[in-house]
Amino acid sequence: MALLEINNLAIHFGGLRAVDEFDLTIEKGELYGLIGPNGAGKTTVFNLLTGVYKPNEGIIRLDGKDITGKKPIQINREGIARTFQNIRLFKQLSVLDNVKVGLHNRYGYSTAASILRLPSYFRTEKEMTEEAYELLKVFDLDKNAATTLASNLPYGAQRKLEIARALATGPKLLLLDEPAAGMNPNETQELMDTIKYIQKNFNMTILLIEHDMKLVSGICEKLTVLNFGRILAQGETKAVLADPEVIKAYLGE
Amino acid sequence: MGRIKTYFSTMDRTSRDDFITYGGLLVVFIVMQGLLSAGMLSNQMRGLLVPLCVYAIMAIALNLVVGTLGELSIGHAGFMCVGAFSSAFFSKINPDMPDLPRFIIAIIIGGVVAGIFGFLIGIPVLRLNGDYLAIVTLAFGEIIKNIINALYVGVDEKGYHFSLSSVNDMGMDPLNGNIIINGPQGVTGTPRSATFAISMVVLFISLIVILNLTHSRDGRAIMAVRDNYIAAESVGINITRYKLTAFTISAVISGFAGALYAHNLATLVATPARFGYNMSIMFLVFVVLGGIGSTRGAIVASVVLTLIPELLRPIQSYRMLIYAIVLIVIMLVNWSPKSRAFMETHSLKRFLFKKGGKEDK
Repeated sequence: MALLEINNLAIHFGGLRAVDEFDLTIEKGELYGLIGPNGAGKTTVFNLLTGVYKPNEGIIRLDGKDITGKKPIQINREGIARTFQNIRLFKQLSVLDNVKVGLHNRYGYSTAASILRLPSYFRTEKEMTEEAYELLKVFDLDKNAATTLASNLPYGAQRKLEIARALATGPKLLLLDEPAAGMNPNETQELMDTIKYIQKNFNMTILLIEHDMKLVSGICEKLTVLNFGRILAQGETKAVLADPEVIKAYLGE
Repeated sequence: MGRIKTYFSTMDRTSRDDFITYGGLLVVFIVMQGLLSAGMLSNQMRGLLVPLCVYAIMAIALNLVVGTLGELSIGHAGFMCVGAFSSAFFSKINPDMPDLPRFIIAIIIGGVVAGIFGFLIGIPVLRLNGDYLAIVTLAFGEIIKNIINALYVGVDEKGYHFSLSSVNDMGMDPLNGNIIINGPQGVTGTPRSATFAISMVVLFISLIVILNLTHSRDGRAIMAVRDNYIAAESVGINITRYKLTAFTISAVISGFAGALYAHNLATLVATPARFGYNMSIMFLVFVVLGGIGSTRGAIVASVVLTLIPELLRPIQSYRMLIYAIVLIVIMLVNWSPKSRAFMETHSLKRFLFKKGGKEDK
């Protein structure tokens, strides 16, 4: 059974069909790319998947379970985590605390335990800190993580911290919205290695939106190309990128 | 001493910060209590001790909403008002209880009733953001004050009587009845149980609750909602729940402050000067001037801003003149190129940490 199954998904904003007749199937462990020109509806698909928008038509199934129209919190608990095109970190919190917020629903103690500093507070906080540092180490962000504010990180590190925070929620499917936006070629190369590493070592299924063709052709196994809210091409990366329709949409006639 | 120093250096930044706050407050308490029992404080200063604690508690309670949660509330005097009147009510109907236990129960009742109000008002109000939230909390504060000004409560052998128009409308036995809340005349004869020591204990408890909450899983979630609610939602944080938690706890602590306030006055009246809009704005000024989000700053600002007008009362007639001069001097000192150059070369930071100054260049 596929991890993610989307059938005939559609959303309209007034008369604009932002996404229409959208189908997508992602198998467990796949690294899938979603590409298309600006305004094609890629981020709208992400927003539909994470419950920010409710679709007008269609069904989204995660691991066989219907999650269509659920709220963002519920969808995160079902196992979809995301990053954002324009970075959305908790700027006034430390790097460590950003990841610990991601761990929020996987560890628990009561409000009373935190106010009275009961043993469960110390025990759970210690476990959370340890797991957060393990995650940060993967992204090479563990140095001074407790004292550095997220807003003081360099741009590339902020993108990585967002991925770490998303992973901390323990997702089945990770959605990355333009992870390489604004990065230089070296940072992009490093990011590609990191994404590969996550796919392999966390056994993660990843769906990413990207404009950087080097990254897309370098790591994505399959692609879907969107244009004006509709699917233009779908399949193995090489075949899709060689498709004349795709080249036309990107480069014009 | 050396061991304390090494322990201090192993603490992380937040616990060191908290340590300074608790320690500073403890020193202030010991000094003031010492002066108080030695009889070395002026009458004016003695009268200010409890209000100072009340304002400090209000400042840290509001800081939880404004600084930590990032929502603007300008109706916190309303929660204080609810706490004051509910606790005074309790003390009035139990005149035979011993003083201290009655006062402790009264403080708890003040907190719980204010907390219930905070929770109920929070449910609809916290769906709003920014200006809208400020307007609704402002309205709440004014409504509470006006309702209490029109509220008559009395008790006789038949039980309690209420009215919103006049004493006679309560239907109470005029001879044997006892008026508890007398409309615009408020509550008179509340036992004056609030001492400096008890007020400080309540301030300490409030401080511990707020700092421990802030540095916990819940506190992180509250700050995450403040920093970016879309991202908080995307990692599964229940926004409404954590907004409500912070708002309710803040209301409870405001209720404590109200109880202390009520038991420091012979007559408790819900006048605009005590529980109105100006009071809420004053608490907000404490928070803003203390540095939004800084608990210690809120306490310091509340003390300084309450003391200065009181201590300068003898030169009251020159007030406007002094304001103008201070304003001009501050402008000159802050912006003239020469004074800026002087500050750069003579800053306290450079004086204390000589290395730090060089690194800047």
